[in-house]
Amino acid sequence: MNSFIALIRQDIALAWRQNSAGLSISFFMMAVALIPFGLGPDLKLLRDIAPGLVWVALLLAVLLSLESIFQADLEDGSFDQYLLSGTPLEILMLAKGLAHWVGVVLPLVLTAPLAGLLLNIDTPSLLPVCLILLAGSPAMSFLGMMGSALAAGVSRSGLLAALMVMPLYVPLLIFGSSALSQILKGAATGDWINAVFLLLSIGGAALFFGPLVAAAGLRAFLK
Amino acid sequence: MLTYANPNRFMQLARRLTRPVWGLSLACLIIGLYMAFSAPADYQQGMTVRIMFIHVPAAWMSLFVYTFLTVSSIFGLVFRHPLGHVAAKSAALIGAGFTLITLITGALWGKPMWGTWWVWDARLTSVLVLFFIYLGYLFIWKAIEDPLQAGRVSSVLAIVGFVNVPIVKFSVDWWNTLHQPASVSRFDAPALHSDYLWPLLVMALGFQLLFFALWLLRMQTEIFKQKLRVRRLGLVETSNGTAS
Repeated sequence: MNSFIALIRQDIALAWRQNSAGLSISFFMMAVALIPFGLGPDLKLLRDIAPGLVWVALLLAVLLSLESIFQADLEDGSFDQYLLSGTPLEILMLAKGLAHWVGVVLPLVLTAPLAGLLLNIDTPSLLPVCLILLAGSPAMSFLGMMGSALAAGVSRSGLLAALMVMPLYVPLLIFGSSALSQILKGAATGDWINAVFLLLSIGGAALFFGPLVAAAGLRAFLK
Repeated sequence: MLTYANPNRFMQLARRLTRPVWGLSLACLIIGLYMAFSAPADYQQGMTVRIMFIHVPAAWMSLFVYTFLTVSSIFGLVFRHPLGHVAAKSAALIGAGFTLITLITGALWGKPMWGTWWVWDARLTSVLVLFFIYLGYLFIWKAIEDPLQAGRVSSVLAIVGFVNVPIVKFSVDWWNTLHQPASVSRFDAPALHSDYLWPLLVMALGFQLLFFALWLLRMQTEIFKQKLRVRRLGLVETSNGTAS
């Protein structure tokens, strides 16, 4: 239990010091800001495509941060220490996933609705938008860590991880952006609240399977 | 299953099986194609209904091959069957091929029938995701040099990717889609007239045998490749030994 908490604190501190969250947030904002240059400044059009756009940019920003979860640990040998520590690897993987969620994804998701202002989303919808993104955020970390772990031992692992994680993100994208577009159309809370539970249940499944798969993937490298 | 854990014994069997399986598969495909083209044209779809005889068997195979790949991966990862990873790797490219054929013939069929090459409905999208998962699996084998390591890592990916298979299968029942639901594999009688059902089943058998023929060929190639690799490494070691 001690090593579990220590690992979470270490990873969050690292993410904070390396400003991983800031990097992802900047990438996300840039991606969103680039779209109007390509499509023209038609605010109605931007509002129509905002749900999908926000989700795609968000998932891409998370994908970019995935490489950092395991790469440094494998390179500097911390990983061998995890194996020797006597704590089950799955528990440590859970810690790494949680730290990635708190240290990178949560700040990203909490600032993402601000980008909504750039896309002409009205202010009363910002809170529900934030809620939907928040519900999807655990799944982003824990699905992402599967791909990150499987690709960790390869050079250019970021690209490979992205390739493996993207198919897993498709359900999040589908349910998340359909809920967002319902919110923006002014649907009642009852119409989109199911999507929150659905996203949370995907996150719950990922919370269970993510660390298992990540541990299996990393063991496959080290044997 | 365990008898063929020995690669040499497997090779013997494979050498004996390859030609008959090729022959049977080609025979089925030729007969199936003849039946497909002599079946009457559909009263609504006209000649385009014949695309079905390629599209549907290829789609079945894309799911069958992925299941086969997952089972072989489990044999390799969990039971340490020496040929499990090789079997999975050999199946992957063929499966990706069947998935691509499904997507392309689907697009060719969709254009005259639905008026568009592609729609983002659940069935089409999930098959596209299946294709991406095949690609990711194949890239792992490219990216990791050591075949043992690549085998273990790719197996984990294959098992994770299996979630998509039931999604593809049941996507037409769970969501309202443009793609029609299953009309052959149903609990009651197939909703397909026997004029179409028979050529379809013959073609499906032909595709299945074609998969096994190609798979046997690739298995043999892979085993040869690994033997060659081991021999090369051995040569390097001995030449290093004499140098020092």
